[in-house]
Amino acid sequence: MLSSYLTLAAILFCIGLYGALVKRNAVVVLLSIELMLNAVNLNLVAFSKYGAVPSLTGQMFTLFTIAVAAAEAAVGIAVLIALFRARGTVNVDEFDEMRR
Amino acid sequence: MFNVSLTGEFVAFFVFSVIIISGAVLMVSFTKVVHMVVSLAAVFIGVAGMFVLLNAEFLAFVQVLIYAGAVSILMIFGIMMTKHQDVEAEKGRSWHEALAAVGALALFGLLFYAIRETEFPVAQPFQPAQDNALEIGKLLFTGYVVPFELVSVLLTVAFIGAIVLAKKEAE
Repeated sequence: MLSSYLTLAAILFCIGLYGALVKRNAVVVLLSIELMLNAVNLNLVAFSKYGAVPSLTGQMFTLFTIAVAAAEAAVGIAVLIALFRARGTVNVDEFDEMRR
Repeated sequence: MFNVSLTGEFVAFFVFSVIIISGAVLMVSFTKVVHMVVSLAAVFIGVAGMFVLLNAEFLAFVQVLIYAGAVSILMIFGIMMTKHQDVEAEKGRSWHEALAAVGALALFGLLFYAIRETEFPVAQPFQPAQDNALEIGKLLFTGYVVPFELVSVLLTVAFIGAIVLAKKEAE
């Protein structure tokens, strides 16, 4: 059963990676990153039940990951709103000052 | 490898994984941003179901509360406060998309190969606690006090920072 959970998490992670690389709207990129974080959480909880030493440690790790992810989403949206005020767009292709 | 018997757990796993994968694929393929957020909420609820299957009831509750509730609403507010022409413009960038798809598929192939090849040690059966929330609370206030306090500081800093960043500057 463990390998089924791990495969599902791998699929979820790869879809999130594809979305984060391809999408242009910065909000959607943030959404894809949340998807990847969810895949990681699924792995942690699966190992906390089916791992070599089953314990609650994986669930504690997931709790802290969820807290950090919530903080990341809040700060990310705030940065996007500030960028939108300054530049009038959230298209990631147009934030390319550092390239020139 | 997947020779599992048709138990209730397997059926529930199958249903939840169909929800998760179809939600994720729809999220990548939709063009309207609001539809993406809704399908992402379906993914979050599917992951919460997986947590219930894995005897992590408290985490399932937290997942519904924080991800399906707070993060989805936050993203919808982010969309509303940024751009309203919320359809992804299609422009010729197909080589970039193809490259990203090849990279993601290659990563999946690598992970799948590693999962298949690894010999996982046979674990002793997991005894689910009588009260999952009680056990997690005990651990949180004994073994994990310092990370717990650090997370509270982190959340405070992050939310104050978010308010300062998103606040309108005084003229």
